[in-house]
Amino acid sequence: MEFFTLSLLNGLSYGMVLFMLSAGLTLIFSLLGVLNLAHASFYMLGAYVAYSLSLVLGFWPALLLAPLLVGLVGAVFERFVLRRVNAHGPGRHKAEMLVTFGLATVLGELVQLAWGRGPVDYRVPETLAGPLFTLWGTPFPAYRAFMVLVALGMWLALWMLFTRSRTGLVVQAALTHPDAVQALGHNVPRIFMWVFGGGAALAGLAGVVGGNAFVTEPGMAATVGSVVFVVVVVGGMGSLAGALGASLLIGVLQTFAVGIDSLSRFAPLLPYLLLVLVLLVRPQGLWGRRAD
Amino acid sequence: MQIKTGAAVFALVLLAAPWLFSSSLGLNLLTQIGIATIVCLSYNILLGQGGMLSFGHAIYSGLGAFAAIHALNAAVLPVSLVPIVGGMAGAGVALLLGWLTAQKSATTFAMVTLGLGELVAALAWLVPQVFGGEAGVSGNRVAGAAPFGITFGPQLQVYYLVAVYTLVCTALMFAFTLTPLGRMLNAVRDNPERVEFVGFDARRIRFMAVVIAGFFAGIGGGLAALNFETVTADVLGSQRSGAYLLFTFLGGSGHFFGPAVGAVLMVLAHVLLSGITKAWLLYVGLVFIAMVVWVPGGVVSLAGRLCWRDAPRYAAWTLAFTGFAAMVEMVYQLQLLAALGSQLRFLGLLLDATSGLSWAGAVAALGLGTLLGKRK
Repeated sequence: MEFFTLSLLNGLSYGMVLFMLSAGLTLIFSLLGVLNLAHASFYMLGAYVAYSLSLVLGFWPALLLAPLLVGLVGAVFERFVLRRVNAHGPGRHKAEMLVTFGLATVLGELVQLAWGRGPVDYRVPETLAGPLFTLWGTPFPAYRAFMVLVALGMWLALWMLFTRSRTGLVVQAALTHPDAVQALGHNVPRIFMWVFGGGAALAGLAGVVGGNAFVTEPGMAATVGSVVFVVVVVGGMGSLAGALGASLLIGVLQTFAVGIDSLSRFAPLLPYLLLVLVLLVRPQGLWGRRAD
Repeated sequence: MQIKTGAAVFALVLLAAPWLFSSSLGLNLLTQIGIATIVCLSYNILLGQGGMLSFGHAIYSGLGAFAAIHALNAAVLPVSLVPIVGGMAGAGVALLLGWLTAQKSATTFAMVTLGLGELVAALAWLVPQVFGGEAGVSGNRVAGAAPFGITFGPQLQVYYLVAVYTLVCTALMFAFTLTPLGRMLNAVRDNPERVEFVGFDARRIRFMAVVIAGFFAGIGGGLAALNFETVTADVLGSQRSGAYLLFTFLGGSGHFFGPAVGAVLMVLAHVLLSGITKAWLLYVGLVFIAMVVWVPGGVVSLAGRLCWRDAPRYAAWTLAFTGFAAMVEMVYQLQLLAALGSQLRFLGLLLDATSGLSWAGAVAALGLGTLLGKRK
């Protein structure tokens, strides 16, 4: 019982970090049709920027500023690089994936250039460092609960933005009817730029929150990146609900596997085995609608 | 006629190359270039001819390498045939995994190959009996009978073995582009819907392409196993897959011989450039992004596009890039300030990472180059 409850709680909080990442990826993919392979690199950038900012300003301003900075980097990349790729027409999506793959390489190197090759000492803030409650003698860290809270807040904000606000309406319309929206006087390319920036900012936020809970090091993008892509395929490409479901599923599954001695060796394999299973049984993803 | 001339020239280049680069480093580079050519050409069956962006090609070359090194150690085959075992292994794995990946096209294909690549790479660490864990699996290529006195001990003999394989594999892969299947693969790339309407199964065509690509990648892996005589789990990793993608594209995925140019660049970057600078991957990545945006046809497509009139502009951009690179190198020097001091050699210039003058020079080069490059 003790093992079950704690693993579930840890699994859920890890799953929520995965969700923060896959939400941004899904957002960019479903609105722009771009699979952003540099998404995990934005996550890493968020963690590093937050580390540097927290040294100067403290954790709380960094929580706000780091995602904004990362979002800005994403928007600039969209404006000056990705948009120029879009112009090529056929094979467009392939070119977009390639250019974001290049960005992932470059960001990975730039991070090492700026912060060195080893891990940095990015810590949980003092106020959240203690345990929230103690279950059967094992403390549950307050920071884990905070992570879940941030993720839930982000989900709520996204949902409000897209279903209850005028901006969300315009963004959705810009995807399906770009010409009509353009004719109504909205700047569609600029909307796309901010969508890409927004998705990058979400990844950055995940980095701020996840970087100190896990480890902030140059390999963190690769560690989490491939898992996030698995989440998106397992959940169903472009489905936000699918991203949430698959994130929690993989988060809980992996945490349980790590805790059970005979299974812990196979924990890193689980997401990929799940991917194969889903592709065999339900190729459109667990929550996906259309087959492709 | 043109094809025959091309093949003759290629064969001659392969034959004569060791005379031009006879040092041991030169021979080593040439051997690796031959191997990389096979793998990059096989990758381009997917990327260029089938429009499939794979992030897991190292599975096939890597498992081919492991199969070959085990075959070498089992000593049942002549050494010269060992790479074919690698090819069979590559094709066998592709039969298994390709069936999964080929169900999907475009974006999902890319993500599935990424996931499967990670799966195989992670699996390799779990089964040290087969993959040798940290140390990898070692072998000895000087084994068995030595027909005509060829022991494959000297690097030159390995080079010529690789050269023969490179020539044959390149010819076969070129022939493949001319077959009906190769043509249908192009059709699947350009318009899969129409292919389905005409009555072909796009998934099956993609599947067959993955298997063929897996076979040649496996041969490349097998040759690499013979060349290095040791195989570690690194050869399966996502970095290796990424490198194949990067350099195949840099060489030019739209032209049959583009990946061969990419293979030359890949070996030069991995062996030479990485020895010169720690930031080599940063430069490669930036060049890659610039190529995707401005020169999507890769290096080979530049052949017809460069003209003397633009020479001043190229010079200006080169100046800008040099300035940027100088700054990058100085930042890396600052990281190691305590151990190595602040001075560094950069393109023959003596820079000081702590001096304002060096920084001003680098900034000036970057600024001036960009300014001049942007002017029409």
